[in-house]
Amino acid sequence: MRKIEIIGLILFFIGMSVFTTLPFLSKYRLSEELLRSQVKDIHRDKLAELIQPIYGQTYSSTYSFLTAYSSYFQPYNEELKAKQAWDQVIWDDYGFVLAKAAMDGPGKTNPWTSLGLSVGLIVLGGILFNLGGHGTSHADLTHKGVFHSSLKNRGLLGLMTGTYLILFYVVLYWFPAYLSPLVWMVEPISQFLSGGPASQWFLYGLVYTLAIGVMGVRMFLKYRDNQYQRLRTASVVFFQTAFAFLIPEVLVLLNKPYFDFKNIWPLDYDFFYDYQLDAFISSGGLGLFMLIWGILLIVVGVPVFTYFYGKRWYCSWVCGCGGLAETVGDGFRHLSDKSLKAWQWERWMIHGVLALAVLMTGMTLVNYFSGFSLLGNITKQLHSFYGFAIGSTFAGVVGTGFYPLMGNRVWCRFGCPLAAYLGLVQRFKSRFRITTNGGQCISCGNCSTHCEMGIDVRAYAQQGQNIIRSSCVGCGVCASVCPRGVLKLENGPEEGRIHEFPILIGNDSIKLRR
Amino acid sequence: MSSRHFVIIGNGISGITFARHLRKGDSQLRITVISGESPYFFSRTALMYVYMGQMKWEHTQPYEPHFWEKNRIDLLQAWVRTLDFDTKTLVFESGDTLNYDILVLATGSKPVFFGWPGQQLKGVQGLYTKQDLELMESSTSKGVQRAVIVGGGLIGIEMVEMLTYKKIPVTFLVRESRFWEQVLPQQEASLIQKHIREQSIDLRLQTELKEILADEQGSVRAVVTTAGEEIACSFVGIATGVSPNVGFLKNTALAIAKGIKVNTYFESSEPDVYAIGDCAEFAQSPGAGRRTLEQVWYTGRMHGETLAHNFCQQPVPYQPGVWFNSAKFFAIEFQTYGLVSPEPSEEIVYFHWEHRLGRVSFRMEMDQEEKITGVINLGFRLRHEFFDRAIREQWRGELVIQKLEEGVFDPEFYAPYHLEIQQAFQGQFGLAISTLKQTFLQKIFGARL
Repeated sequence: MRKIEIIGLILFFIGMSVFTTLPFLSKYRLSEELLRSQVKDIHRDKLAELIQPIYGQTYSSTYSFLTAYSSYFQPYNEELKAKQAWDQVIWDDYGFVLAKAAMDGPGKTNPWTSLGLSVGLIVLGGILFNLGGHGTSHADLTHKGVFHSSLKNRGLLGLMTGTYLILFYVVLYWFPAYLSPLVWMVEPISQFLSGGPASQWFLYGLVYTLAIGVMGVRMFLKYRDNQYQRLRTASVVFFQTAFAFLIPEVLVLLNKPYFDFKNIWPLDYDFFYDYQLDAFISSGGLGLFMLIWGILLIVVGVPVFTYFYGKRWYCSWVCGCGGLAETVGDGFRHLSDKSLKAWQWERWMIHGVLALAVLMTGMTLVNYFSGFSLLGNITKQLHSFYGFAIGSTFAGVVGTGFYPLMGNRVWCRFGCPLAAYLGLVQRFKSRFRITTNGGQCISCGNCSTHCEMGIDVRAYAQQGQNIIRSSCVGCGVCASVCPRGVLKLENGPEEGRIHEFPILIGNDSIKLRR
Repeated sequence: MSSRHFVIIGNGISGITFARHLRKGDSQLRITVISGESPYFFSRTALMYVYMGQMKWEHTQPYEPHFWEKNRIDLLQAWVRTLDFDTKTLVFESGDTLNYDILVLATGSKPVFFGWPGQQLKGVQGLYTKQDLELMESSTSKGVQRAVIVGGGLIGIEMVEMLTYKKIPVTFLVRESRFWEQVLPQQEASLIQKHIREQSIDLRLQTELKEILADEQGSVRAVVTTAGEEIACSFVGIATGVSPNVGFLKNTALAIAKGIKVNTYFESSEPDVYAIGDCAEFAQSPGAGRRTLEQVWYTGRMHGETLAHNFCQQPVPYQPGVWFNSAKFFAIEFQTYGLVSPEPSEEIVYFHWEHRLGRVSFRMEMDQEEKITGVINLGFRLRHEFFDRAIREQWRGELVIQKLEEGVFDPEFYAPYHLEIQQAFQGQFGLAISTLKQTFLQKIFGARL
């Protein structure tokens, strides 16, 4: 078993090295025809003229190519901006598509080999590592050793992993051209699924889905004595693979709008953006169905399911962010901050983001129905601020990049507006609660330590109080790490759900109001 | 009256529970909690998890440091050397003194050593305090080829599990003929023993420690058993029980037997001096089937709650309800509600079921009229509230089994062990029991039996 683990680790590192090196092994050479094939009609002639000097030149790195491109293109834009000729400015960022078109390298010439040696080895290595590490004959529901691990306790490995993830997200969101060598290697898959070219988002979606799958294997092995965890894992793997990854691509193949049927506003913050609404309305019956489906999820799906099962139905069974957090992030769950201070920050931040998302969407809709006459520019600026600050920085860079630093639910806990909405329903109108088993709690603190949402579960358990917290995603790990069988996730009648004055069983002398 | 100074010696679960509830009941009193062991209250039960890297020290502390200031509970880290009941004065190791109006002794326990030759050697220790944990961490950090743990009870098996985490081979000496003989009946003990041996532990039943041998540096080199066998080892854990930590009180006027003698109001022999938790020994059993010295977490908590109540409201005698307890042996959880005799007898009727894979079992003990007196469950979880009520109301065993589904506390989608238990009970007692059908979802997605 140990051998399999080591082989897996070696393969994983080879794969990671190839994945990281590939972007540096490419050359760029742009021709006018290539440029014209990638650029919108209205910009075609101007851009073709502007960057003429780089045609036929070979650039040995993404950086030198982009620098050359910018040096001819940017002055033009700057000049227009200085003249305040806003309508003539070329706002579109052609960096990625031009780099992708101009690129030549192993990712493009041998996509399958490149993919196999990078992502393929990462996946294979990851699976072997998990089989070796968790495939022993006895299941262990504890989390022994996490604080002795450099990776899992903010040691050098943890800091390195965090840095790598953060860099990856920064490149993905703001410098995608650097990923074009990697995007080429998934081009055949994209062509097969959607009939269209691969973007950085397709690469990201594929890697994301595979990551959930590979680490889902780990969850399956680690929790093989815990059916709740296994079902939950199967569910997030399924929803990610089918709903988030495959179905949207197939929709594109069928010439329908790209749509993730399980993504819900306000997490899906651009659901009501003008171009989205236009896409729904112009796509016939299916488009209309998507619009109605999305609205039904918001106004009926969330309250009804959350009433019956708590927010867990979404956060730890369906959601893609939750899916990653519960598989890839499981090993970092104990790094969440449990202090009262963190809870205070959490409440302000997450509800702040919800308020912002609601405000932005409200303005967008008013704007849309008033025919763009009003608020046009402010809305646009708000969109770009939200997209930058919340959509990319918070959800992506911090949300995932900070796994090894602040735990696996930073986004879900402090930022996700949908989690805030689900949480409000869970807190005030739901049948879900975590019950405590009479007087059995010994205050050991395993539950609090391993709560990814930073809930001080012990504070409730040791006084026999049901745990009703808007942030609880119902992952069930507090119940599984409890050494005394104290905690249980349950759906039950609303009556008596919130214990204001819980009573611990066992002391007949007094009935305490705690 | 209202600004009386309450001094509590010991910041464990009983002392801290007392302090907290006293503050809740009275905002005027001055409260001081003294401990030499650690500045803040921590959960003693979590020591093993810190050792195994499953928690950090700070996680063992149920309250953040600002809690104490906010609740005006003064914490004092110091060791008490002696005290004077006449002048109501404590004298610390440092020579400082402190006066009290009311003194509450909550000094807990300490490991029992039976005077074995070599027990003072380097590498021999018990596990009770924060300092014990630190010592164990440093003694076992490297170069331990084998460890020997003496004592087949809860702390013993914890130490075994801790060392196993560090991949240190362990020999586990148990004096009795089975593991935790005072509590576990034969079948339960066998199940656990099998589980212990599956972890590659060298479990030796009916084996006692005779002496501990030293090397040239004065460290442990081996132990010798009463059978004369010498077992080479460099760490010896002593887990042969605990006794009340009352050493520093021995030469005072305070009445002490094993522990500090108290009545059901926790009053000691001296005025304004009370004792709660592990160190308190009741003159008579405080409730049916309860021992005069009960050294478990929740009794300490209940003592603290009750005594605090007695200072803030009409005093009541301490009266524990139905006994319960729980533990975990490696991966197998143990719970018990009510009383179960470890040895079979004519006076009891019992029902026992064990799952075919030998990791889950259930035992219900009944009196001659087949009324439930207690249960022991291994490998699955039962609901305290349900069994507390069943035992208190003296349900017939048949009724308990019939309603067993309500009494299960396992996570959702776990295997429905109660169905097999119900079948087995029908088989053994020849009764037809009407049971609830499993839901459709449970049938499809639930774990298999």
